[in-house]
Amino acid sequence: MIGWGQVAGSLALVGIAALLSFWRGIRIEQEIAWAVFRSFVQLIALGYVIKLIFEAGNIGYVVPLLALMVVFGAFTARNRARAIPNVLPVLLLSLGVAVAATLGLALAVGALHANSRTLIPVGGMVIGQAMIAVAIALSRLEHEVGASAAEIEARLSLGATARQAIDPILRRSLTAGMMQTIDSTKTAGLVFIPGTTVGMLLGGAAPLDAIRLQLILFYLLIGGVAISVVLAVTFAYRGFFTAAHQLRDLVAW
Amino acid sequence: MTLFRLEDVTFRALREVNAELPRGTTCVWGPSGAGKSTILRLLNRLADPEHGRVLFEDRDVRELDPLELRRRAVLVQQLPAPIPGTVADNVAYGSRLLHRHVDVGQLLEHVGLPDSYRDRDARRLSVGEQQRLMLARALALEPEALLLDEPTSALDEAAREKVEATLLHLCEDLGVSLVLVTHDRTQAERLAEHFVELEAGRVRAAEPLILRSAP
Repeated sequence: MIGWGQVAGSLALVGIAALLSFWRGIRIEQEIAWAVFRSFVQLIALGYVIKLIFEAGNIGYVVPLLALMVVFGAFTARNRARAIPNVLPVLLLSLGVAVAATLGLALAVGALHANSRTLIPVGGMVIGQAMIAVAIALSRLEHEVGASAAEIEARLSLGATARQAIDPILRRSLTAGMMQTIDSTKTAGLVFIPGTTVGMLLGGAAPLDAIRLQLILFYLLIGGVAISVVLAVTFAYRGFFTAAHQLRDLVAW
Repeated sequence: MTLFRLEDVTFRALREVNAELPRGTTCVWGPSGAGKSTILRLLNRLADPEHGRVLFEDRDVRELDPLELRRRAVLVQQLPAPIPGTVADNVAYGSRLLHRHVDVGQLLEHVGLPDSYRDRDARRLSVGEQQRLMLARALALEPEALLLDEPTSALDEAAREKVEATLLHLCEDLGVSLVLVTHDRTQAERLAEHFVELEAGRVRAAEPLILRSAP
């Protein structure tokens, strides 16, 4: 059991972060405080919601809760790619399909059990990781289209379709979005101990049980991130072009 | 048949522009900010006018396949935008999209670049060389017309003369029409049969040029 006293004690590390920020003049003390406050409120709320769902014992509550997470994830990721036209529906679609496909496949192959105690935390992890990956990919896409407008238009003016003109940028954006997940999977166990393993070990689980679950989660995350990033980039780039394969004014001029 | 026609075109700096660009060589001339480059973007359909219409061979460009139009009337931008890769990659880019083979060496020769350049990194060429490479890249598509935005602005005297000679050869021997944007009146007189003078987004004059002499 973890008590509130232990939670409060761990805040000392946040204090150190704030002091370092002040000392080095980074001026992100308020950001740190806001992040700590938000995470506290959000996680407490999530804890109560999950408690209610577990007590109700109805797996049907999993879908609306994950849908809510998808909506919040999409709004958060949008902040990283505001210049991309109509990006919110793209984010909703990519995160929604990613979590649905990942959990669906994991259930189909028997990697996960069909209960709310499993699906909510795993679904949340997939959405969270996919949100970060999609935000990185779209941010890269937005930046590169702005920086390479002349090159894109040069390709268009030689008869390339919008897709052909932007293809190298799409590939770099996809890579950027996926690399964090791939790198963390590659270095797990050597450079760091993954969160799920830590949580299970602290909860008293046998080490190999923790590792098996961790491996399942890593594999699910790779699939979920790949699905979300590919969908997001594939649909988002169209917002930069008109139907006549013209680069829209927002970045061309 | 007129190559291009602009009817009451309003877009950015341009205000109700009416102009005929016949086959042959037409020079769009005027001071900076007059809207010269914008006209080329409209002809290549990289943008559509807010008002009015642009016609290619008497058909509204919005009725045509934009990709086909861009291959038939290829734009060469003022600032060279080489594609990452070698000189040969750049020359063959448009043709590869059509799965067509091109003679890279011959095209480089057309624009005065040595064949030994084919494996060089295109982005490491000088601006003047890149400008000629952009011309070779456009010619690889065997276009009916070239839309040239200040094609010799970064070239020295000798290179400019070579490119102008190439342009005249394309026009006179191969029948390629040229729409040439320049702020250099003497270049207009050397190259063009017709000219359109722009000032502050409006056509100030449009007439055949009497003078035309080889560079």
